[in-house]
Amino acid sequence: MSDDLGFTRNEMMIVASARWLEGERICFVGVGMPNIAVNLAKRTVSPDIQLVYEAGVFGAQPKRLPLSIGDPTLVTGATAVTSMFELFAYYLQAGLIDVGFLQGAEIDRYGNLNTTAIGEYSKPKVRLPGSGGAVEIAMNAKRVFVIMPQAPRSFVDKLWFRTSPGHAADREAERARGWLGSGPHVVVTDLGEYRFDEQTGEMTLVAMHPGVTLDDVQANTGWEMKVADDVMETPAPTDEELRLIREELDPEGAYSR
Amino acid sequence: MNKVVSMQDAVRELVHDGDTVAIEGFTHLICFAAGHEIIRQRKKDLTLARMTPDVIYDQMIGAGVASKLIFSWLGNPGVGSLHAVRRRIEKSDPAPLEIEEYSHFGMVCRYMAGAANLPFMPLRSYEESDIPSVNENIRWVDSPYAKDRIAVVPPLNPDVAIIHAQRADQDGDAQIWGLLGCQKEAAFAAKRVIVVVEELVEESVVRADPNRTIIPGIKVDAVVVEPFACHPSYVQGYYDRDNRFYIDWDKIARDPETFDAWLKDWVYDLSSHTDYVEKFGDAYWDGLRPTGEALSGEVDYGEYA
Repeated sequence: MSDDLGFTRNEMMIVASARWLEGERICFVGVGMPNIAVNLAKRTVSPDIQLVYEAGVFGAQPKRLPLSIGDPTLVTGATAVTSMFELFAYYLQAGLIDVGFLQGAEIDRYGNLNTTAIGEYSKPKVRLPGSGGAVEIAMNAKRVFVIMPQAPRSFVDKLWFRTSPGHAADREAERARGWLGSGPHVVVTDLGEYRFDEQTGEMTLVAMHPGVTLDDVQANTGWEMKVADDVMETPAPTDEELRLIREELDPEGAYSR
Repeated sequence: MNKVVSMQDAVRELVHDGDTVAIEGFTHLICFAAGHEIIRQRKKDLTLARMTPDVIYDQMIGAGVASKLIFSWLGNPGVGSLHAVRRRIEKSDPAPLEIEEYSHFGMVCRYMAGAANLPFMPLRSYEESDIPSVNENIRWVDSPYAKDRIAVVPPLNPDVAIIHAQRADQDGDAQIWGLLGCQKEAAFAAKRVIVVVEELVEESVVRADPNRTIIPGIKVDAVVVEPFACHPSYVQGYYDRDNRFYIDWDKIARDPETFDAWLKDWVYDLSSHTDYVEKFGDAYWDGLRPTGEALSGEVDYGEYA
């Protein structure tokens, strides 16, 4: 992998994620990279996108980058503040959310995610945060975007714990679930972009970021990654995308350096 | 009725060993001062409930006041882990901690069922997740109106809920603005309620804006007036979240020795939250003030005589 491209791998990940948000309307936002990606999309490909923050804010217009999901800057100037019940029941469960973001310590080839524990649940080697809203988002957001760095220990053949569900191996059976959400739509990592096969539900490499090779992808995946026939190279970040990240969205580089 | 008491008295009289206690507030309005007083009074065997245990439960669980935790997301928001809680779960160090976990919506629904006196609350969640396999309280019922099944969770009725608000009158009629979390649901679900406020106001102030009242005095047992009680959490319009503290806590809590030293310096060696506020000093609090005003517009409720 080359690391001398004029941008960081995290910047590429944020830019690639933001571009996938073109045309999306209502986004359920978490902190960290999804927050920067959505705010970048709002300034580039999707000016009309509405930000719904998990803490209970609709139509937030944050004036600073929040460290936490519940920062006071999300409230001041927002369209609406909701109770947690209203947020999860009326907004998410009733189908108003187009895109929800998830990430995990582990993901498998179907987009199942583990945010609960590494090791046996009853005596974990590493106790992770748990679901938060992830299970509800996985089932009820119309599309799920996964943004997470890729490594052999995070892209695993078998999860220690399935916190939130991804696709079924049989997509016919999957449609019979009757959920509002259609599951993981795209996975963006620091190496590339992945979609899920229409028949088998399996994660498939569709684009690699500049400087990344197929060997890099395979070396950082715990199973044999399926590769699309026509893998693209992700277009490098533009000067304007980099300027927005570096000057406006994450000037301290907390998430993007 | 005047229910104003000190934090010491409120905790002594209303929080008992073995109680289920909920100190709620989603990032916003987390009453750290109440947690510190519970630690100072060395309460035992509490079951602590909270959607996001946050740093306050790391402090309380590390200090040994609790034997069980009910939650949906365990972490230091935007920073990382709660190390004292992890030591107890991963290594039973210094004692095991029983856990009972849900998703966010599951916790909200438990409070809702508790507040509304329902036997359970249905929610569209948990399908194909391993969470129900480790929590037998999450069950399934067939809809009596359709073919599908749906997940249900039981009511959560804490013995005590501790709710922070911007202001209340002396009867406990409490008003909140900013993030609401599930403060209202937790309060209505609880058997006893302590309301802690930045400011005590006249009843007329509450009556001038009844839409902002979250909890009526009828549900409230004690009112505690304690400015800066939420630090390092925040109170919308009063003081900012102390993000630096949350970042620093990661290092403090990683090592049991620095954890214990912090508790000694900032909890056990102090007699009250007033001491805590003085120990930080005025300049520190000035640094956490909002950078400017953002006043709400006025509305006219109209006079109907």
